[in-house]
Amino acid sequence: MISGSGCNNRASPIRLKDVTQVGVLYTEAEQAERFRLLAREQLPRLYGIARKLVGSDAEDAVQDCLLKAFRNLGQLNDESAAPAWLASILVNCCRDRGRTKGRRPEEVNFEDVEEFSLYRKIAYEDPFPYSDSLHLDFLEEFTAEDVRSVLMRLSELYRVPLVLVYMEGFLVREVAEILEAPTGTILARLHRGRKLFEKHMWSYATDHGLLKEAAR
Amino acid sequence: MISCSEAVRQLWEYLDGLVGDRELESIEAHLARCRRCCGELEFARELRGTLERASEVDVPDAVLRRLTQTLEDLEP
Repeated sequence: MISGSGCNNRASPIRLKDVTQVGVLYTEAEQAERFRLLAREQLPRLYGIARKLVGSDAEDAVQDCLLKAFRNLGQLNDESAAPAWLASILVNCCRDRGRTKGRRPEEVNFEDVEEFSLYRKIAYEDPFPYSDSLHLDFLEEFTAEDVRSVLMRLSELYRVPLVLVYMEGFLVREVAEILEAPTGTILARLHRGRKLFEKHMWSYATDHGLLKEAAR
Repeated sequence: MISCSEAVRQLWEYLDGLVGDRELESIEAHLARCRRCCGELEFARELRGTLERASEVDVPDAVLRRLTQTLEDLEP
């Protein structure tokens, strides 16, 4: 476990809590090496999260995250918390990138969204008339890349909780901590995000000819 | 008994185990009698699985190399 000086007090060696009892101290160089080891292990996961949150800006977002995490290494009190800590920094770097690009939350009529049911829409539109597993056939038209593209149609406000909970396995309360928002707010965003996701699944399928292809 | 729209509104929360005891009871009572909402529930489960399966992202080798280099270049 790491505790002690942050980036503003770089002259002092960093004390590791778990070895403090035997008096072991880490020099700055050793501390940097430990950070490299921790972060290197997490690179595929971090890139995966960023890819789903900011698409093609993922590499830049992970670079931002690594630099920010290294500067704030003193905030990490427990090495076992490093994966969650790095993910938390990354999510905020991704959100910063979204803001810099001026992406605004989409205008949504939530009354329409609330009433939308993809299940009913598929049943009503019946895109595969000869299918006896209509709904599953609809989902099978989507590759993983398609699903991630659908998510990119959602504003960051709804995309972030959906990705973290349903794709990365974070608990709602952990997402609330990362986003510094009340749990109730995250639950409401998840609810609306799921509805928007369903709606965008349908519009993506029609925009990209997935239903036409399947009907052939 | 709750209506279909009330039940459908809470299906994902139900799947996620995020509903309270009372809601749980009323959703399950509804599902026991409503075939269409059972279909909605099954579809919500599949849709959630679709999201989960789309979570795997391959990191291009060149990206991994550049990010690793960023780490190597960090100096105290």
